[in-house]
Amino acid sequence: MDFLIASSTENLCNLLAEDPTRQLLAGGTDFMVEVNFRHRDISGVIAIDRIKELKQWRHDGDSVLIGSCVTYKEIEQGPLSALIPALAQSARTIGSPQIRNAGTIGGNLATASPAGDMIPVLLALGAEVNVRSKSKVRQLRIDELITGVKVNSLSEDEFIESIRVPVLSGPQEFLKVGPRNAMVISVTSLAMVTDIEKKYIGIALGSVSASPCRSDEAEYFISQHIDWDSMTVQSDVIENFERLVKESASPIDDHRSSSSYRTHTVGVLARRALLRIFRLGI
Amino acid sequence: MGIGKTSGEYELIVNGSKFSISDSWLGESLLYVLRERLGLYGSKNACEQGECGSCSVMMDDVLVCSCLVLAANAKGREIRTIESVADGDELSDVQKAFIDTGAIQCGFCTPGLLVTIHDFLDSNPEPDQSEIKEAISGNLCRCTGYGRIVEAVQLVSIRRSKRDS
Amino acid sequence: MSILEEHIASSAGIGISASRPDGKEKARGDFLFSNDLSSEDMLWGQTLRSPYPSAKIKRIDYSRALAMEGVHAILTAGDVPGENIFGLEHPDQPVLAFDVVRYVGEPVAIVAANHPEVAKKAVDAIIVDYEILEPMVDSEEAIYSDPIHPEGNVIRHLVIRHGNPDVVGSIIVEGEYEVGMQDQAFLGTESGIAFPSSDGGVNLHISTQWLHSDRDQVASALNLPNELVRVSLAGVGGAFGGREDVSMHVHLCMLAMHTGRPVKMIYDRNESFLGHVHRHPAKIWFRHHADESGLLINVEAKVILDGGAYASTTSAVLANACCFSVGPYSVPNALIEGWGVRTNNPPCGAMRGFGNVQTCFAAEAQMDKIAKALSIDPVELRLLNALETGDTLITGQEITGTAPISEVLTSLASYPLPEAGTNAILELPGGTGRTTDKSHVKRGIGYAASIKNLMFSEGFDDFSEARCIITDGEVSIQSACVEVGQGFVTLVNQIVEETLGLTEVTLLPVDTSIGSAGSTSASRQTWMSGGAVLKACEAVVDALLSDLASESGISYEKIGLSLISTDGSDSIGIVSALHGRNYDEHVTHRHHPTFPLDRNGQGDAHVSFAFAAHRAVVDVDEELGLVRVVEIATSQDVGRILNPVQAKGQIEGGVAQGLGLALLEELILVDGKIVNANFTDYLLPTAMDTPPIEIAALIEQPEPGAPFGAKGIGEPPVISSTPAIVAAIRDATALELSRVPVKPEDIALTD
Repeated sequence: MDFLIASSTENLCNLLAEDPTRQLLAGGTDFMVEVNFRHRDISGVIAIDRIKELKQWRHDGDSVLIGSCVTYKEIEQGPLSALIPALAQSARTIGSPQIRNAGTIGGNLATASPAGDMIPVLLALGAEVNVRSKSKVRQLRIDELITGVKVNSLSEDEFIESIRVPVLSGPQEFLKVGPRNAMVISVTSLAMVTDIEKKYIGIALGSVSASPCRSDEAEYFISQHIDWDSMTVQSDVIENFERLVKESASPIDDHRSSSSYRTHTVGVLARRALLRIFRLGI
Repeated sequence: MGIGKTSGEYELIVNGSKFSISDSWLGESLLYVLRERLGLYGSKNACEQGECGSCSVMMDDVLVCSCLVLAANAKGREIRTIESVADGDELSDVQKAFIDTGAIQCGFCTPGLLVTIHDFLDSNPEPDQSEIKEAISGNLCRCTGYGRIVEAVQLVSIRRSKRDS
Repeated sequence: MSILEEHIASSAGIGISASRPDGKEKARGDFLFSNDLSSEDMLWGQTLRSPYPSAKIKRIDYSRALAMEGVHAILTAGDVPGENIFGLEHPDQPVLAFDVVRYVGEPVAIVAANHPEVAKKAVDAIIVDYEILEPMVDSEEAIYSDPIHPEGNVIRHLVIRHGNPDVVGSIIVEGEYEVGMQDQAFLGTESGIAFPSSDGGVNLHISTQWLHSDRDQVASALNLPNELVRVSLAGVGGAFGGREDVSMHVHLCMLAMHTGRPVKMIYDRNESFLGHVHRHPAKIWFRHHADESGLLINVEAKVILDGGAYASTTSAVLANACCFSVGPYSVPNALIEGWGVRTNNPPCGAMRGFGNVQTCFAAEAQMDKIAKALSIDPVELRLLNALETGDTLITGQEITGTAPISEVLTSLASYPLPEAGTNAILELPGGTGRTTDKSHVKRGIGYAASIKNLMFSEGFDDFSEARCIITDGEVSIQSACVEVGQGFVTLVNQIVEETLGLTEVTLLPVDTSIGSAGSTSASRQTWMSGGAVLKACEAVVDALLSDLASESGISYEKIGLSLISTDGSDSIGIVSALHGRNYDEHVTHRHHPTFPLDRNGQGDAHVSFAFAAHRAVVDVDEELGLVRVVEIATSQDVGRILNPVQAKGQIEGGVAQGLGLALLEELILVDGKIVNANFTDYLLPTAMDTPPIEIAALIEQPEPGAPFGAKGIGEPPVISSTPAIVAAIRDATALELSRVPVKPEDIALTD
């Protein structure tokens, strides 16, 4: 059989163990574009979008566990949007209502596009990916999963089962620059998440490097200048912060934009996100 | 047939009727099968990459681009297309409003928009202009500039609330 | 009254918002577009295209492809039965490349197979050995460099010399401008089906803009007499100029005749971008001279249009770009020099606005520069220079028709401005990307005005035929006029009701069994084919009057929809009078003749002119370079409104395309290759990008000679909306912005 519908994660493990070259089909929003334009040699396919376990999410304690086939729509509009606001904000910018109805969080990760809109948010939140095969289960950080432009570290018989996303207790921001107001691939994007209790700030960037990346130095720097009690940040450090964010980017020139514009905008987005979350102190 | 991998035999439920599909290439999209195998040409093929919404259909009550659905994976799911929107000869209220407000020019985007708007108004019966525009942002129209289309949605909303009051 | 209130028209007739007769079918999804046609035992066609902008074809080996299961035919240049050349104005393009390829996407071979995927696999399996040549992709260099085509690189060099071009003004403004390559991007890609016929001919069903031009080109390539090539209109999913040229037409017919089976072809979106002409990219230099009051006294310009590898309509596009380069203003002295050139870029041709778009963008920027230099309000400056009836264009042609430019501008300027924006994310630049707060936004307002010639120019024998057939009181209309969405089918009903009082109109199939209606382009079909239908209906009335007279011995005259005997004894409605009668009136309608331009670019080359002005209000996030168009308001010279709702639809749709050129739409070329030939990267405005389009006024001054006094309305909305938007961004940012589309980085990165 060239086409199979997996009925459960167990079943999926077996089907992949049987023939690890089989391709996984979830929401289809990237997969089918490749098929329609003959950029994918379609051979054996396993549809995973009917596996109940993969379509569910649950909130346990300080994190949510999101099945890999949970759709953008559910993250954008359901109760998840209150738990992980930045992820919901990013979901709203992906494609169109039709795409958000079909596309999945697992697909966004596995496709591993530099412009994958959920990836910076998951990076900034420190999410972990549960990966499974018949023989083993393992946890990967986002930067361990996504290793290059459209390259992931899954072995052939593995699939993404779920994503564990910490629920933080502070404001979150996702900002995305694109030339059009809907259905646009991001030219730059930035996620900034905070946890007031843990005095944590996470920053990650999209479309400015081969894979979305954390802005570690900027995070460390700015965390030294935040007053978590008053939720203020010193005004004289903004410029340095912006510079450090820009330095963590290594964008390219392509037909969608230029590296200089991407570098410029990622700095602007960082400043704006920061000043939405924190007031300027002295 | 020389096309390589096949989907095997499968059955589709479209607009309440069952259809058997056989001898098909594995890569066929639901859009292709609706059009070229079932003769349901109402769903349109304008981009085949999910950017234009012309092929919008309902699948298990969810609005999707049929060009991005692998046909074989639609097996067992309830597909509803533009051909099911009118009740026999009687046009739906959205279809009527499209005609009344001049929302149709070349008409190529029309079926996809109608499927989208029906779905949208079911969940949001009294939308404002921004909500309408976001709801139809996945349906490109090259002729109208969307003005008549937005007005058609507003007209349906008004007519429905008058009817219900 | 809003359209919400007045939308439902119970009757037709001129001036009423009659509904489209094809609306119900289109709303049901039953309307058959060209890609919806199919036939039992049909095959699927596919085209092998050149991957190189310039190369010699050394060898083509399709033996392996032809041997594939399911493949029925593979044809190359040697299989073209007739002349292997076609072209809309002038044949210069091979049906299938035979020795060289001159652009990326040029057709090299065609395949017919039993499934589209098989056809694609066969195309992949064809081996072509190319000797790759250095492409010429710079339009300016192309003027003087080695020819890429036997006919040379300069398709047309046009000079317009008017008055004394040496006059120097006290105010001089100069600028260089560029316009990127826009695409029509109609939603229904090229598609059609051809059937071989038993008489040795072929029946082609295709979406097009001009059936007879297609027929003539196909017949020549197939070496068939015209009458054996029957072209029928299949439903058209938008056109905007991009279907005026032949695309797959000959290929389909060749495959059908070779295999003896129906052959269907559909271009996918990528191939569609390769398979039709685009709007000409332009490089424009202007120097405007004005006196201290702001009166234009001389305009100098150089215009280079990149025609790509083949001529298409480059010659006529260049004429428009030059003849109307100065805009809707009176200019006593001018020297305009234009070149339409060949390069190894994709061929360019007709797109809505046809040449006027490119120079209007540049000239309107110049007008704002003059206004700024003199500290005059931009609308005042335009009013000061506005053309009027009786004025002379820079081509020496006197405007004899209506020219209500002042009314257009004044009504627009007095239209209320939109309110300040809110902090709702959907009302801010960046939209759902949440990039921008209200504090980051600057508002700008910009104006632009335009002139567009209606119908074909420069001595072209422009005509349209129509038949009005009455069969026992029932009316049928035949015309080869192509409906592309513009609403001609509605207009036919309105004309028939207006002239004959009949409400049930059968529009006969649109095909080449009647004479040409000309192209659905150049804002010409209401005037030309509407005029032909009107004339045919009037011919029926004349015949009826003559029959009544000979039957009764009394003469009758038509008053409204009644026929009244001149002695006052009898009055009968036309509808009743037609009952039981049969007529078949076949007419040809022409506009008054035009003439070629002389060596100084002077002459009565154009028929009639339509004017429009646009006001754009934009919110700009300067730091990120993001623009939200808040509102476009417009006033337009329409002669007479025939159908208010359809008029509004044309205007809104045209403005959206102008917005696309201003901010989003460009085919990006790298060494002659389009790198964004898909809808992910060629960005059409979505509903969220398109603002409310407010009609400040439609100026109704009936145009002499035009049926019902109506001017074509389809093109003006595209022309001055683009410069108005850019002017508004300049107003907000004080930047130069000399190129469209304006990219975010053009605003954000200015250091």
